[in-house]
Amino acid sequence: MANQKLKKLTPTQQEYKKLYESREPARPVAMNCLRAFLGGGLVCLAGECIEQMFVHWAGMETKQAAAPTVAVLILLSAALTGLGVYDKFGQWAGAGSAVPVTGFANAMTSAGIEYKSEGLVLGTGNNMFKLAGGVIVFGTVAAFGMGILHIIYDLARGG
Amino acid sequence: MTGVLKGYQSWEFRNRPVITGTAAVVGPFEGQGPLADDFDIIHGDNRLGQDSWEKAERTLLEEAAKIAIERAKITKEQVQFYLGGDLLNQLTSSSYAARTLTIPYLGLFGACSTSMESLALAAFLVDHGGAKHALAGTASHNSSAEKQYRYPTEYGSQKPPTAQYTVTGAGAAVVSAEGTGPVITSATIGRVIDMGVKDPFNMGAAMAPAAVDTITAHFRDLQIGPAHYDLIVTGDLAKVGYELANELFKKHGLPMHKTRYQDCGMMIYDYDKQTVQAGASGCACSAVVTYGHLLKKMRAGEIKRMLVVATGALLSPLTVQQGETIPCIAHAVSIERPE
Repeated sequence: MANQKLKKLTPTQQEYKKLYESREPARPVAMNCLRAFLGGGLVCLAGECIEQMFVHWAGMETKQAAAPTVAVLILLSAALTGLGVYDKFGQWAGAGSAVPVTGFANAMTSAGIEYKSEGLVLGTGNNMFKLAGGVIVFGTVAAFGMGILHIIYDLARGG
Repeated sequence: MTGVLKGYQSWEFRNRPVITGTAAVVGPFEGQGPLADDFDIIHGDNRLGQDSWEKAERTLLEEAAKIAIERAKITKEQVQFYLGGDLLNQLTSSSYAARTLTIPYLGLFGACSTSMESLALAAFLVDHGGAKHALAGTASHNSSAEKQYRYPTEYGSQKPPTAQYTVTGAGAAVVSAEGTGPVITSATIGRVIDMGVKDPFNMGAAMAPAAVDTITAHFRDLQIGPAHYDLIVTGDLAKVGYELANELFKKHGLPMHKTRYQDCGMMIYDYDKQTVQAGASGCACSAVVTYGHLLKKMRAGEIKRMLVVATGALLSPLTVQQGETIPCIAHAVSIERPE
């Protein structure tokens, strides 16, 4: 009962809501966008450099180089997470650090490190997907949906 | 009867229990702030050489308790009761510290208001002859709080400007029936106030009304005004909540300009050099500022009478995820320098 009551804000609560929302320091949206652009761009630039290294030094095709490039980025991100650098980069770059594959690696590594004190299996193992699990579940669901659409599209084209 | 119920929710301590010993122990980040000189121990290592954040938090509390008891010039066997709490599930730090201290223990949870909740109850016990010496202590650790309430510490999420930084530290005070030191004259126990704020990254806004409610109740119950104190501090409202509290005081016609009103959450870090968004929070915030900084000033004669209003947000990660609003509480303790 109390819960239902709380769902609807009382007039006093509504009045307070207006007050605190007006006093809330604005998020620096433009600055955050710029930083996300620069931060994300920096990650992509690093990725591009790594890819070119594989192409020029290891004699790979650009397509072949994609997989090892991602692996190196993940490794770098995991190392920077362990060194306590990535979270500071995250506060600065925001979405720029979260969206690239390095953000995903950070989500998994940080959770893995955090629960190390609870043991290798029950701690690190069980908690590694704590943040990233949702991404994997809904990524798979989205991929399944896209796959179905793809089949329907192919069938409609007659072949 | 000695200590007496005053008004609706306040106690006036006739026997004036004495704060005979206090201690404030903090982590490295707090040691870089402007109050560094007032802390008893500043640790250089966030983990204090322990193998988990939780053990580090417990160690902070044990150290603070030990120093406070030493300062009171007694041994831990002479302390009848230990009243403490922290932010971790099942009051882990306090209960495990109590295991080490082996002092009869009462665990309290008032989130970040625990510092004054425990001090008020310790004063009540001593005032009524329930104890000769009682220990009040609380601790919080930035990393263990992040781990339990938010994300893993190394996770790179961007915090909004309303967010607050949990203090790594512990504060403890010994309250005695006799001795020298600042005295506790009254306390007001707060009620839970929920103004419908849902955002766990804006706890200042959630807690400000609770602080205002308790302060208003304190003045009503004791029939005094803000001018009675030369300092009123709230626990951890930080920039956002402090500004809102000032607005609410104005709205309720409380003449707060007749006193000095500050917030512990705005005192402990250097906003220009440290990335803490709106300011500090956590059980240790009001505890280390009061037991370290403010009582030191009082002993030096710079403060005569002060009211410490520790504020707590009684949320849990579960209630946040279930979309509930944040209930908040504040407890006030009045401390005076004896003539």
